[in-house]
Amino acid sequence: MNDVFQFSAGISVLEITYIVASVFFILGLKMLSHPLTARRGNIIAAIGMILAIAATILFHQKDGAPIGNIGWIIGAMIIGTAIGWIIAVKVKMTAMPQLVSFFNGMGGAAAALISMMEFPHISSELIARTGMANGHVLAILLGLVIGSVSWAGSMIAFGKLDGWIGDLRVKAMKYVNVTILVVIIAFIVYIMTRDVQASSELTPLILILFAVAVAYGVLFVMPIGGADMPVVISLLNSFTGVAAAMGGFLYNNQAMLTGGILVGSAGTILTILMCRAMNRSLLNVIVGVFGGGGAAAATEGGTVKEITVSDAAVLLSYSKKVVIVPGYGLAVAQAQHICHELDKLLDEKGVEVRYAIHPVAGRMPGHMNVLMAEADVPYEQLVESDEVNPDLPNTDVIVVIGANDVVNPAAEDDPSSPIYGMPIVKARDAKNIIVMKRGMGKGYAAIANMLFYNDKTRMLFGDAKSTLQALVTEVKAL
Amino acid sequence: MEGFLEFFMANRGIIYMVILSIFLGIEVISHVPAILHTPLMSGANAIHGVVIIGAIIVMGHAETTGAMILGFLAVVLGTLNVVGGFVVTDRMLEMFKKKK
Repeated sequence: MNDVFQFSAGISVLEITYIVASVFFILGLKMLSHPLTARRGNIIAAIGMILAIAATILFHQKDGAPIGNIGWIIGAMIIGTAIGWIIAVKVKMTAMPQLVSFFNGMGGAAAALISMMEFPHISSELIARTGMANGHVLAILLGLVIGSVSWAGSMIAFGKLDGWIGDLRVKAMKYVNVTILVVIIAFIVYIMTRDVQASSELTPLILILFAVAVAYGVLFVMPIGGADMPVVISLLNSFTGVAAAMGGFLYNNQAMLTGGILVGSAGTILTILMCRAMNRSLLNVIVGVFGGGGAAAATEGGTVKEITVSDAAVLLSYSKKVVIVPGYGLAVAQAQHICHELDKLLDEKGVEVRYAIHPVAGRMPGHMNVLMAEADVPYEQLVESDEVNPDLPNTDVIVVIGANDVVNPAAEDDPSSPIYGMPIVKARDAKNIIVMKRGMGKGYAAIANMLFYNDKTRMLFGDAKSTLQALVTEVKAL
Repeated sequence: MEGFLEFFMANRGIIYMVILSIFLGIEVISHVPAILHTPLMSGANAIHGVVIIGAIIVMGHAETTGAMILGFLAVVLGTLNVVGGFVVTDRMLEMFKKKK
Protein backbone atom coordinates (compact mmCIF):
# COMPACT_ATOMS: atom_id res chain seq x y z
CA MET A 1 0.00 0.00 0.00
CA ASN A 2 2.85 2.35 0.69
CA ASP A 3 4.46 1.80 -2.66
CA VAL A 4 7.28 4.15 -3.43
CA PHE A 5 6.12 6.42 -6.19
CA GLN A 6 7.59 5.47 -9.49
CA PHE A 7 6.63 7.18 -12.68
CA SER A 8 5.49 5.03 -15.53
CA ALA A 9 3.39 6.05 -18.50
CA GLY A 10 0.98 3.12 -18.09
CA ILE A 11 0.27 3.87 -14.45
CA SER A 12 -0.35 7.55 -15.26
CA VAL A 13 -2.81 6.63 -17.99
CA LEU A 14 -4.50 4.30 -15.51
CA GLU A 15 -4.80 6.99 -12.86
CA ILE A 16 -6.08 9.55 -15.36
CA THR A 17 -8.66 7.07 -16.59
CA TYR A 18 -9.77 6.50 -13.00
CA ILE A 19 -10.27 10.22 -12.54
CA VAL A 20 -12.32 10.37 -15.74
CA ALA A 21 -14.31 7.32 -14.63
CA SER A 22 -15.01 8.92 -11.24
CA VAL A 23 -16.26 12.08 -12.92
CA PHE A 24 -18.47 9.95 -15.15
CA PHE A 25 -19.91 8.17 -12.11
CA ILE A 26 -20.71 11.44 -10.40
CA LEU A 27 -22.20 12.97 -13.54
CA GLY A 28 -24.14 9.78 -14.19
CA LEU A 29 -25.66 9.75 -10.72
CA LYS A 30 -26.48 13.43 -10.98
CA MET A 31 -28.20 12.98 -14.33
CA LEU A 32 -30.01 9.89 -13.08
CA SER A 33 -31.85 12.07 -10.61
CA HIS A 34 -33.57 14.18 -13.29
CA PRO A 35 -36.28 12.65 -15.49
CA LEU A 36 -35.05 14.19 -18.72
CA THR A 37 -31.40 13.24 -18.39
CA ALA A 38 -31.78 9.96 -16.52
CA ARG A 39 -31.22 7.62 -19.41
CA ARG A 40 -28.16 9.46 -20.65
CA GLY A 41 -26.85 9.51 -17.09
CA ASN A 42 -27.04 5.75 -16.92
CA ILE A 43 -25.13 5.42 -20.17
CA ILE A 44 -22.48 7.88 -19.02
CA ALA A 45 -21.95 5.91 -15.81
CA ALA A 46 -21.69 2.74 -17.91
CA ILE A 47 -19.05 4.33 -20.15
CA GLY A 48 -17.11 5.33 -17.05
CA MET A 49 -17.25 1.72 -15.91
CA ILE A 50 -16.03 0.37 -19.26
CA LEU A 51 -13.12 2.84 -19.25
CA ALA A 52 -12.14 1.89 -15.72
CA ILE A 53 -12.28 -1.84 -16.48
CA ALA A 54 -10.35 -1.58 -19.75
CA ALA A 55 -7.65 0.62 -18.21
CA THR A 56 -7.27 -1.77 -15.28
CA ILE A 57 -6.73 -4.76 -17.57
CA LEU A 58 -4.30 -2.88 -19.80
CA PHE A 59 -2.28 -0.81 -17.37
CA HIS A 60 -2.62 -2.09 -13.83
CA GLN A 61 0.61 -3.19 -12.20
CA LYS A 62 1.34 -4.76 -8.87
CA ASP A 63 4.98 -4.62 -7.83
CA GLY A 64 5.85 -4.06 -11.47
CA ALA A 65 3.95 -7.10 -12.69
CA PRO A 66 1.11 -6.44 -15.16
CA ILE A 67 -2.27 -8.16 -14.99
CA GLY A 68 -1.92 -11.84 -15.88
CA ASN A 69 -4.47 -14.55 -16.64
CA ILE A 70 -6.01 -12.18 -19.16
CA GLY A 71 -7.63 -15.00 -21.10
CA TRP A 72 -9.42 -16.19 -17.98
CA ILE A 73 -10.44 -12.67 -17.02
CA ILE A 74 -11.94 -11.98 -20.44
CA GLY A 75 -13.62 -15.38 -20.38
CA ALA A 76 -15.19 -14.66 -16.98
CA MET A 77 -16.35 -11.27 -18.22
CA ILE A 78 -17.93 -12.78 -21.31
CA ILE A 79 -19.80 -15.31 -19.17
CA GLY A 80 -20.91 -12.61 -16.73
CA THR A 81 -22.00 -10.30 -19.54
CA ALA A 82 -23.98 -13.00 -21.31
CA ILE A 83 -25.80 -14.14 -18.18
CA GLY A 84 -26.36 -10.62 -16.87
CA TRP A 85 -27.63 -9.34 -20.19
CA ILE A 86 -30.00 -12.22 -20.76
CA ILE A 87 -31.47 -12.04 -17.26
CA ALA A 88 -31.81 -8.25 -17.44
CA VAL A 89 -33.59 -8.30 -20.79
CA LYS A 90 -35.79 -11.32 -20.24
CA VAL A 91 -37.19 -10.61 -16.80
CA LYS A 92 -40.66 -9.08 -16.59
CA MET A 93 -41.03 -5.50 -15.39
CA THR A 94 -42.91 -6.66 -12.31
CA ALA A 95 -39.91 -8.69 -11.20
CA MET A 96 -37.59 -5.65 -11.33
CA PRO A 97 -37.21 -5.26 -7.56
CA GLN A 98 -36.03 -8.86 -7.16
CA LEU A 99 -33.63 -8.37 -10.02
CA VAL A 100 -32.00 -5.29 -8.52
CA SER A 101 -31.67 -7.21 -5.29
CA PHE A 102 -30.10 -10.15 -7.14
CA PHE A 103 -27.51 -8.05 -8.98
CA ASN A 104 -26.75 -6.23 -5.76
CA GLY A 105 -26.05 -9.56 -4.10
CA MET A 106 -23.60 -10.47 -6.88
CA GLY A 107 -21.61 -7.31 -6.19
CA GLY A 108 -21.57 -8.07 -2.46
CA ALA A 109 -20.36 -11.61 -3.12
CA ALA A 110 -17.58 -10.33 -5.38
CA ALA A 111 -16.43 -7.94 -2.64
CA ALA A 112 -16.44 -10.75 -0.07
CA LEU A 113 -14.45 -13.03 -2.38
CA ILE A 114 -11.83 -10.35 -2.95
CA SER A 115 -11.33 -9.91 0.79
CA MET A 116 -11.15 -13.64 1.30
CA MET A 117 -8.43 -13.96 -1.32
CA GLU A 118 -6.45 -10.95 -0.15
CA PHE A 119 -6.42 -11.90 3.51
CA PRO A 120 -3.72 -14.60 3.32
CA HIS A 121 -1.50 -12.25 1.32
CA ILE A 122 -1.19 -9.38 3.74
CA SER A 123 2.45 -8.32 3.66
CA SER A 124 4.41 -10.00 6.45
CA GLU A 125 6.53 -6.90 6.71
CA LEU A 126 3.46 -4.87 7.64
CA ILE A 127 2.44 -7.48 10.20
CA ALA A 128 5.93 -7.55 11.68
CA ARG A 129 5.79 -3.79 12.14
CA THR A 130 2.28 -3.22 13.46
CA GLY A 131 0.82 -6.64 14.18
CA MET A 132 -2.60 -7.46 12.81
CA ALA A 133 -4.10 -4.25 14.13
CA ASN A 134 -3.77 -2.00 11.11
CA GLY A 135 -5.98 -0.28 8.58
CA HIS A 136 -5.20 -2.75 5.83
CA VAL A 137 -6.50 -5.70 7.85
CA LEU A 138 -9.53 -3.71 8.95
CA ALA A 139 -10.39 -2.85 5.34
CA ILE A 140 -10.17 -6.52 4.37
CA LEU A 141 -12.27 -7.70 7.29
CA LEU A 142 -14.92 -5.01 6.81
CA GLY A 143 -15.05 -5.74 3.09
CA LEU A 144 -15.59 -9.40 3.89
CA VAL A 145 -18.26 -8.84 6.52
CA ILE A 146 -20.20 -6.12 4.68
CA GLY A 147 -19.96 -7.93 1.35
CA SER A 148 -21.16 -11.21 2.85
CA VAL A 149 -24.04 -9.59 4.72
CA SER A 150 -25.04 -7.79 1.55
CA TRP A 151 -24.86 -10.98 -0.51
CA ALA A 152 -26.79 -13.16 1.91
CA GLY A 153 -29.33 -10.43 2.67
CA SER A 154 -29.90 -9.65 -0.99
CA MET A 155 -30.46 -13.30 -1.82
CA ILE A 156 -33.04 -13.59 0.96
CA ALA A 157 -34.70 -10.35 -0.20
CA PHE A 158 -34.70 -11.75 -3.72
CA GLY A 159 -36.31 -14.98 -2.53
CA LYS A 160 -38.91 -13.17 -0.46
CA LEU A 161 -39.91 -10.81 -3.25
CA ASP A 162 -40.06 -13.73 -5.64
CA GLY A 163 -42.34 -15.47 -3.20
CA TRP A 164 -40.38 -18.60 -2.39
CA ILE A 165 -39.20 -17.49 1.03
CA GLY A 166 -41.75 -16.47 3.62
CA ASP A 167 -41.46 -14.11 6.54
CA LEU A 168 -40.04 -15.39 9.75
CA ARG A 169 -41.37 -13.30 12.56
CA VAL A 170 -40.18 -14.30 15.96
CA LYS A 171 -40.00 -11.80 18.78
CA ALA A 172 -36.63 -13.07 19.95
CA MET A 173 -35.15 -12.41 16.51
CA LYS A 174 -33.95 -8.94 17.31
CA TYR A 175 -31.97 -10.16 20.32
CA VAL A 176 -30.48 -12.92 18.20
CA ASN A 177 -29.48 -10.39 15.54
CA VAL A 178 -27.96 -7.94 17.97
CA THR A 179 -26.03 -10.82 19.53
CA ILE A 180 -24.66 -11.91 16.17
CA LEU A 181 -23.64 -8.35 15.41
CA VAL A 182 -21.75 -8.17 18.70
CA VAL A 183 -20.13 -11.53 17.90
CA ILE A 184 -18.98 -10.20 14.52
CA ILE A 185 -17.41 -7.12 16.06
CA ALA A 186 -15.76 -9.19 18.78
CA PHE A 187 -14.45 -11.55 16.14
CA ILE A 188 -12.90 -8.72 14.16
CA VAL A 189 -11.22 -7.43 17.31
CA TYR A 190 -10.05 -10.97 18.12
CA ILE A 191 -8.49 -11.45 14.67
CA MET A 192 -6.81 -8.07 14.82
CA THR A 193 -5.22 -8.71 18.18
CA ARG A 194 -3.69 -12.10 17.28
CA ASP A 195 0.07 -12.28 17.38
CA VAL A 196 1.16 -14.02 14.20
CA GLN A 197 3.95 -13.97 11.65
CA ALA A 198 1.73 -14.36 8.59
CA SER A 199 -1.95 -13.65 8.14
CA SER A 200 -2.44 -17.00 6.39
CA GLU A 201 -2.22 -18.66 9.82
CA LEU A 202 -5.60 -17.12 10.56
CA THR A 203 -7.39 -18.37 7.45
CA PRO A 204 -9.76 -20.70 9.37
CA LEU A 205 -10.91 -17.73 11.44
CA ILE A 206 -11.71 -15.83 8.27
CA LEU A 207 -13.91 -18.64 7.07
CA ILE A 208 -15.77 -18.65 10.38
CA LEU A 209 -16.18 -14.87 10.16
CA PHE A 210 -17.59 -15.30 6.65
CA ALA A 211 -20.08 -17.92 7.88
CA VAL A 212 -21.22 -15.72 10.78
CA ALA A 213 -21.63 -12.72 8.45
CA VAL A 214 -23.73 -14.80 6.05
CA ALA A 215 -25.88 -15.98 8.95
CA TYR A 216 -26.33 -12.37 10.01
CA GLY A 217 -27.36 -11.34 6.48
CA VAL A 218 -29.97 -14.10 6.39
CA LEU A 219 -31.37 -13.45 9.85
CA PHE A 220 -31.31 -9.69 9.34
CA VAL A 221 -33.62 -9.81 6.34
CA MET A 222 -35.75 -12.82 7.34
CA PRO A 223 -38.12 -11.03 9.75
CA ILE A 224 -38.51 -7.92 7.62
CA GLY A 225 -41.64 -7.79 5.58
CA GLY A 226 -44.39 -5.52 4.50
CA ALA A 227 -43.63 -2.07 3.28
CA ASP A 228 -40.12 -2.37 4.71
CA MET A 229 -38.79 -4.52 1.89
CA PRO A 230 -37.80 -1.59 -0.39
CA VAL A 231 -35.93 0.01 2.48
CA VAL A 232 -33.92 -3.15 3.00
CA ILE A 233 -32.94 -3.43 -0.66
CA SER A 234 -31.82 0.17 -0.68
CA LEU A 235 -29.85 -0.37 2.52
CA LEU A 236 -28.16 -3.49 1.17
CA ASN A 237 -27.37 -1.53 -1.97
CA SER A 238 -25.46 1.03 0.05
CA PHE A 239 -23.77 -1.80 1.99
CA THR A 240 -22.35 -3.19 -1.24
CA GLY A 241 -21.15 0.31 -2.10
CA VAL A 242 -19.22 0.45 1.17
CA ALA A 243 -17.84 -3.06 0.60
CA ALA A 244 -16.58 -1.96 -2.83
CA ALA A 245 -14.97 1.11 -1.24
CA MET A 246 -13.12 -1.17 1.20
CA GLY A 247 -11.60 -2.81 -1.87
CA GLY A 248 -10.62 0.69 -2.96
CA PHE A 249 -8.67 1.16 0.28
CA LEU A 250 -7.05 -2.20 -0.20
CA TYR A 251 -5.71 -1.48 -3.67
CA ASN A 252 -5.40 2.26 -3.25
CA ASN A 253 -7.81 2.37 -6.15
CA GLN A 254 -9.56 5.70 -6.67
CA ALA A 255 -12.23 4.46 -9.05
CA MET A 256 -13.39 1.82 -6.58
CA LEU A 257 -13.31 4.33 -3.76
CA THR A 258 -15.34 7.06 -5.44
CA GLY A 259 -17.79 4.61 -6.99
CA GLY A 260 -18.25 2.69 -3.75
CA ILE A 261 -18.49 5.66 -1.42
CA LEU A 262 -20.87 7.55 -3.72
CA VAL A 263 -23.23 4.60 -3.79
CA GLY A 264 -22.76 4.06 -0.07
CA SER A 265 -23.77 7.60 0.83
CA ALA A 266 -26.37 8.09 -1.89
CA GLY A 267 -27.89 4.72 -1.01
CA THR A 268 -28.05 5.63 2.66
CA ILE A 269 -29.80 8.90 1.87
CA LEU A 270 -32.25 7.11 -0.41
CA THR A 271 -32.91 4.63 2.39
CA ILE A 272 -33.58 7.45 4.83
CA LEU A 273 -35.88 9.22 2.34
CA MET A 274 -37.83 5.99 2.03
CA CYS A 275 -38.07 5.52 5.79
CA ARG A 276 -39.34 9.07 6.04
CA ALA A 277 -42.03 8.29 3.48
CA MET A 278 -43.26 5.63 5.87
CA ASN A 279 -42.75 7.69 8.99
CA ARG A 280 -40.45 5.10 10.51
CA SER A 281 -36.89 5.39 11.69
CA LEU A 282 -34.15 3.37 10.08
CA LEU A 283 -33.28 1.78 13.40
CA ASN A 284 -36.87 0.69 13.77
CA VAL A 285 -36.70 -1.04 10.41
CA ILE A 286 -33.41 -2.78 11.14
CA VAL A 287 -33.95 -3.87 14.71
CA GLY A 288 -37.70 -3.87 15.02
CA VAL A 289 -39.75 -6.78 13.84
CA PHE A 290 -42.41 -5.18 11.69
CA GLY A 291 -45.68 -4.91 13.52
CA GLY A 292 -44.51 -7.02 16.44
CA GLY A 293 -45.79 -10.13 14.72
CA GLY A 294 -49.04 -8.52 13.65
CA ALA A 295 -50.52 -8.85 17.13
CA ALA A 296 -52.09 -5.42 17.00
CA ALA A 297 -54.66 -6.26 14.38
CA ALA A 298 -57.69 -4.03 14.53
CA THR A 299 -60.97 -5.76 15.23
CA GLU A 300 -62.56 -6.65 11.98
CA GLY A 301 -66.16 -5.71 11.88
CA GLY A 302 -69.10 -4.89 9.71
CA THR A 303 -70.04 -6.47 6.48
CA VAL A 304 -68.34 -6.34 3.16
CA LYS A 305 -70.43 -5.18 0.23
CA GLU A 306 -69.71 -6.39 -3.26
CA ILE A 307 -70.34 -4.70 -6.56
CA THR A 308 -70.86 -6.31 -9.95
CA VAL A 309 -68.63 -5.47 -12.88
CA SER A 310 -71.46 -3.84 -14.81
CA ASP A 311 -72.45 -1.66 -11.86
CA ALA A 312 -68.87 -0.62 -11.45
CA ALA A 313 -68.67 0.23 -15.16
CA VAL A 314 -71.74 2.43 -14.90
CA LEU A 315 -70.47 4.12 -11.76
CA LEU A 316 -67.13 4.90 -13.40
CA SER A 317 -68.55 6.04 -16.74
CA TYR A 318 -70.85 8.60 -15.15
CA SER A 319 -68.30 10.08 -12.80
CA LYS A 320 -66.45 13.31 -13.30
CA LYS A 321 -63.33 12.57 -11.33
CA VAL A 322 -61.80 9.17 -10.85
CA VAL A 323 -58.60 8.32 -9.00
CA ILE A 324 -56.92 4.95 -9.39
CA VAL A 325 -54.63 3.65 -6.66
CA PRO A 326 -52.40 0.94 -8.11
CA GLY A 327 -50.65 -1.52 -5.82
CA TYR A 328 -48.66 -4.70 -5.90
CA GLY A 329 -51.73 -6.73 -6.93
CA LEU A 330 -51.82 -4.80 -10.19
CA ALA A 331 -48.13 -5.52 -10.78
CA VAL A 332 -48.48 -9.22 -10.05
CA ALA A 333 -51.45 -9.57 -12.38
CA GLN A 334 -49.51 -7.69 -15.13
CA ALA A 335 -52.61 -5.54 -15.45
CA GLN A 336 -50.95 -2.18 -16.09
CA HIS A 337 -51.72 -2.13 -19.83
CA ILE A 338 -55.36 -3.05 -19.47
CA CYS A 339 -55.62 -0.53 -16.64
CA HIS A 340 -54.36 2.20 -18.96
CA GLU A 341 -56.87 1.04 -21.57
CA LEU A 342 -59.63 1.55 -19.01
CA ASP A 343 -58.45 5.05 -18.18
CA LYS A 344 -58.27 5.99 -21.87
CA LEU A 345 -61.84 4.75 -22.40
CA LEU A 346 -63.04 6.75 -19.42
CA ASP A 347 -61.11 9.77 -20.66
CA GLU A 348 -62.98 9.57 -23.97
CA LYS A 349 -66.20 9.70 -22.00
CA GLY A 350 -65.04 12.91 -20.36
CA VAL A 351 -64.00 11.43 -17.04
CA GLU A 352 -60.89 12.90 -15.49
CA VAL A 353 -58.70 9.96 -14.47
CA ARG A 354 -55.59 10.25 -12.35
CA TYR A 355 -53.34 7.75 -10.63
CA ALA A 356 -52.48 8.22 -6.99
CA ILE A 357 -48.94 6.95 -6.63
CA HIS A 358 -47.95 6.11 -3.09
CA PRO A 359 -44.16 6.25 -2.73
CA VAL A 360 -43.93 2.80 -1.21
CA ALA A 361 -46.76 1.06 -3.02
CA GLY A 362 -45.49 -2.15 -4.53
CA ARG A 363 -42.21 -3.60 -3.46
CA MET A 364 -39.85 -0.74 -4.24
CA PRO A 365 -39.91 3.03 -4.04
CA GLY A 366 -41.36 4.34 -7.27
CA HIS A 367 -42.32 0.81 -8.31
CA MET A 368 -45.74 2.01 -9.45
CA ASN A 369 -44.22 4.85 -11.46
CA VAL A 370 -42.13 2.39 -13.40
CA LEU A 371 -45.06 0.08 -13.89
CA MET A 372 -47.47 2.73 -15.13
CA ALA A 373 -44.79 4.28 -17.31
CA GLU A 374 -44.34 0.89 -18.93
CA ALA A 375 -48.01 1.02 -19.90
CA ASP A 376 -47.44 4.47 -21.46
CA VAL A 377 -49.55 6.31 -18.90
CA PRO A 378 -48.60 9.98 -19.36
CA TYR A 379 -46.40 11.43 -16.67
CA GLU A 380 -48.95 14.16 -15.81
CA GLN A 381 -51.53 11.59 -14.83
CA LEU A 382 -49.31 10.14 -12.11
CA VAL A 383 -49.87 12.16 -8.95
CA GLU A 384 -48.19 11.66 -5.61
CA SER A 385 -50.41 10.81 -2.68
CA ASP A 386 -49.82 14.09 -0.79
CA GLU A 387 -50.99 15.97 -3.84
CA VAL A 388 -54.09 13.91 -4.46
CA ASN A 389 -55.33 13.72 -0.86
CA PRO A 390 -56.78 17.25 -0.56
CA ASP A 391 -58.78 16.69 -3.72
CA LEU A 392 -60.24 13.34 -2.70
CA PRO A 393 -63.47 14.69 -1.14
CA ASN A 394 -64.31 16.03 -4.63
CA THR A 395 -63.47 12.73 -6.25
CA ASP A 396 -66.43 10.65 -7.34
CA VAL A 397 -64.80 7.25 -7.36
CA ILE A 398 -61.49 6.00 -6.08
CA VAL A 399 -60.49 2.63 -7.47
CA VAL A 400 -58.02 0.69 -5.37
CA ILE A 401 -56.40 -2.00 -7.47
CA GLY A 402 -54.37 -4.53 -5.55
CA ALA A 403 -53.20 -1.99 -2.99
CA ASN A 404 -53.87 -2.50 0.68
CA ASP A 405 -51.58 -1.08 3.35
CA VAL A 406 -51.14 2.24 1.54
CA VAL A 407 -54.88 2.98 1.83
CA ASN A 408 -55.39 1.53 5.30
CA PRO A 409 -57.04 4.13 7.55
CA ALA A 410 -55.48 2.42 10.57
CA ALA A 411 -52.41 4.49 9.76
CA GLU A 412 -54.44 7.51 10.92
CA ASP A 413 -56.84 6.06 13.49
CA ASP A 414 -55.21 3.27 15.37
CA PRO A 415 -52.13 4.18 17.42
CA SER A 416 -51.59 0.48 18.18
CA SER A 417 -51.32 -0.37 14.50
CA PRO A 418 -47.85 -1.14 13.20
CA ILE A 419 -48.37 1.23 10.30
CA TYR A 420 -49.68 4.06 12.50
CA GLY A 421 -48.24 7.35 11.28
CA MET A 422 -47.43 6.17 7.78
CA PRO A 423 -48.74 8.66 5.20
CA ILE A 424 -51.51 7.03 3.18
CA VAL A 425 -53.77 7.73 0.25
CA LYS A 426 -56.90 8.82 2.12
CA ALA A 427 -59.20 6.67 0.02
CA ARG A 428 -62.09 6.91 2.49
CA ASP A 429 -62.47 10.63 1.79
CA ALA A 430 -63.68 9.89 -1.73
CA LYS A 431 -67.41 9.74 -2.46
CA ASN A 432 -67.29 6.12 -3.62
CA ILE A 433 -64.64 3.51 -3.14
CA ILE A 434 -64.16 0.44 -5.30
CA VAL A 435 -61.63 -2.05 -4.06
CA MET A 436 -60.35 -4.67 -6.50
CA LYS A 437 -58.86 -7.60 -4.67
CA ARG A 438 -58.41 -11.29 -5.16
CA GLY A 439 -60.00 -12.12 -1.82
CA MET A 440 -60.28 -10.90 1.74
CA GLY A 441 -56.61 -11.62 2.42
CA LYS A 442 -54.56 -9.08 4.28
CA GLY A 443 -51.88 -6.88 2.77
CA TYR A 444 -48.17 -7.53 2.88
CA ALA A 445 -47.98 -6.03 6.35
CA ALA A 446 -50.59 -8.57 7.49
CA ILE A 447 -52.95 -6.16 9.17
CA ALA A 448 -56.70 -5.81 8.81
CA ASN A 449 -58.00 -2.97 6.69
CA MET A 450 -61.13 -1.21 7.94
CA LEU A 451 -61.49 0.51 4.60
CA PHE A 452 -63.08 -2.66 3.21
CA TYR A 453 -65.91 -2.38 5.77
CA ASN A 454 -66.54 1.29 5.08
CA ASP A 455 -70.11 2.15 4.06
CA LYS A 456 -68.87 3.76 0.85
CA THR A 457 -66.75 0.78 -0.13
CA ARG A 458 -67.74 -1.81 -2.68
CA MET A 459 -65.55 -4.82 -3.26
CA LEU A 460 -64.83 -6.20 -6.70
CA PHE A 461 -63.28 -9.60 -6.15
CA GLY A 462 -61.09 -11.30 -8.71
CA ASP A 463 -57.74 -11.20 -10.42
CA ALA A 464 -56.89 -7.60 -11.34
CA LYS A 465 -56.26 -8.36 -14.99
CA SER A 466 -59.43 -10.31 -15.74
CA THR A 467 -61.56 -7.94 -13.67
CA LEU A 468 -60.18 -4.92 -15.51
CA GLN A 469 -60.67 -6.72 -18.82
CA ALA A 470 -64.33 -7.31 -17.94
CA LEU A 471 -64.65 -3.67 -16.87
CA VAL A 472 -63.20 -2.46 -20.17
CA THR A 473 -65.67 -4.59 -22.10
CA GLU A 474 -68.56 -3.28 -20.03
CA VAL A 475 -67.49 0.36 -20.33
CA LYS A 476 -67.16 -0.05 -24.11
CA ALA A 477 -70.65 -1.49 -24.32
CA LEU A 478 -72.21 1.44 -22.48
CA MET B 1 -3.12 1.73 17.49
CA GLU B 2 0.05 2.59 15.66
CA GLY B 3 -1.14 0.50 12.74
CA PHE B 4 -4.20 2.70 12.36
CA LEU B 5 -2.30 5.94 12.70
CA GLU B 6 0.14 4.80 10.07
CA PHE B 7 -2.74 3.77 7.83
CA PHE B 8 -4.31 7.16 8.34
CA MET B 9 -1.14 9.02 7.47
CA ALA B 10 -0.48 6.91 4.40
CA ASN B 11 -4.01 7.39 3.17
CA ARG B 12 -4.92 10.84 4.40
CA GLY B 13 -5.51 12.15 0.87
CA ILE B 14 -7.90 9.28 0.27
CA ILE B 15 -9.64 9.84 3.57
CA TYR B 16 -10.31 13.45 2.58
CA MET B 17 -11.66 12.19 -0.69
CA VAL B 18 -13.92 9.69 1.04
CA ILE B 19 -15.37 12.34 3.33
CA LEU B 20 -16.00 14.70 0.42
CA SER B 21 -17.50 11.86 -1.63
CA ILE B 22 -19.94 11.12 1.19
CA PHE B 23 -21.23 14.68 1.10
CA LEU B 24 -21.25 14.64 -2.67
CA GLY B 25 -23.36 11.48 -2.75
CA ILE B 26 -25.86 12.99 -0.35
CA GLU B 27 -25.99 16.24 -2.34
CA VAL B 28 -26.44 14.53 -5.68
CA ILE B 29 -29.32 12.37 -4.49
CA SER B 30 -31.26 14.62 -2.18
CA HIS B 31 -33.37 16.33 -4.86
CA VAL B 32 -34.48 13.26 -6.71
CA PRO B 33 -38.22 12.99 -7.43
CA ALA B 34 -39.93 9.85 -6.12
CA ILE B 35 -40.64 8.75 -9.68
CA LEU B 36 -36.94 8.11 -10.20
CA HIS B 37 -36.27 6.27 -6.94
CA THR B 38 -36.28 2.82 -8.49
CA PRO B 39 -34.13 3.61 -11.55
CA LEU B 40 -31.75 5.58 -9.36
CA MET B 41 -31.38 2.71 -6.93
CA SER B 42 -30.78 0.41 -9.86
CA GLY B 43 -28.25 2.77 -11.43
CA ALA B 44 -26.39 3.13 -8.14
CA ASN B 45 -26.47 -0.65 -7.91
CA ALA B 46 -24.68 -0.86 -11.25
CA ILE B 47 -22.07 1.69 -10.18
CA HIS B 48 -20.99 -0.26 -7.12
CA GLY B 49 -20.26 -3.03 -9.60
CA VAL B 50 -16.95 -1.15 -9.80
CA VAL B 51 -15.89 -3.81 -7.32
CA ILE B 52 -15.13 -5.81 -10.48
CA ILE B 53 -11.88 -3.85 -10.73
CA GLY B 54 -10.78 -5.43 -7.47
CA ALA B 55 -11.81 -8.81 -8.84
CA ILE B 56 -9.73 -8.25 -11.99
CA ILE B 57 -6.73 -7.24 -9.88
CA VAL B 58 -6.85 -10.36 -7.67
CA MET B 59 -7.51 -12.56 -10.65
CA GLY B 60 -4.66 -10.91 -12.55
CA HIS B 61 -2.20 -11.83 -9.83
CA ALA B 62 -3.65 -15.16 -8.79
CA GLU B 63 -1.11 -17.97 -8.69
CA THR B 64 -2.70 -21.00 -7.06
CA THR B 65 -5.58 -22.96 -8.59
CA GLY B 66 -7.76 -22.13 -5.61
CA ALA B 67 -7.16 -18.42 -6.07
CA MET B 68 -7.82 -18.78 -9.80
CA ILE B 69 -11.20 -20.39 -9.17
CA LEU B 70 -12.26 -17.82 -6.59
CA GLY B 71 -10.95 -14.97 -8.76
CA PHE B 72 -12.78 -16.28 -11.80
CA LEU B 73 -15.95 -16.47 -9.76
CA ALA B 74 -15.43 -12.94 -8.44
CA VAL B 75 -14.98 -11.56 -11.97
CA VAL B 76 -18.11 -13.36 -13.20
CA LEU B 77 -20.17 -12.05 -10.27
CA GLY B 78 -18.78 -8.53 -10.63
CA THR B 79 -19.60 -8.51 -14.35
CA LEU B 80 -23.11 -9.74 -13.59
CA ASN B 81 -23.52 -6.80 -11.23
CA VAL B 82 -22.23 -4.25 -13.76
CA VAL B 83 -23.92 -5.50 -16.92
CA GLY B 84 -27.18 -6.55 -15.30
CA GLY B 85 -27.33 -3.31 -13.35
CA PHE B 86 -26.85 -0.98 -16.29
CA VAL B 87 -29.07 -2.94 -18.68
CA VAL B 88 -31.94 -3.15 -16.19
CA THR B 89 -31.67 0.57 -15.44
CA ASP B 90 -31.73 1.37 -19.14
CA ARG B 91 -34.79 -0.82 -19.58
CA MET B 92 -36.61 1.00 -16.83
CA LEU B 93 -35.68 4.43 -18.15
CA GLU B 94 -36.54 3.54 -21.72
CA MET B 95 -40.17 3.49 -20.63
CA PHE B 96 -40.01 6.97 -19.21
CA LYS B 97 -38.92 8.39 -22.53
CA LYS B 98 -42.09 7.45 -24.33
CA LYS B 99 -44.31 9.91 -22.53
CA LYS B 100 -46.12 12.35 -24.74
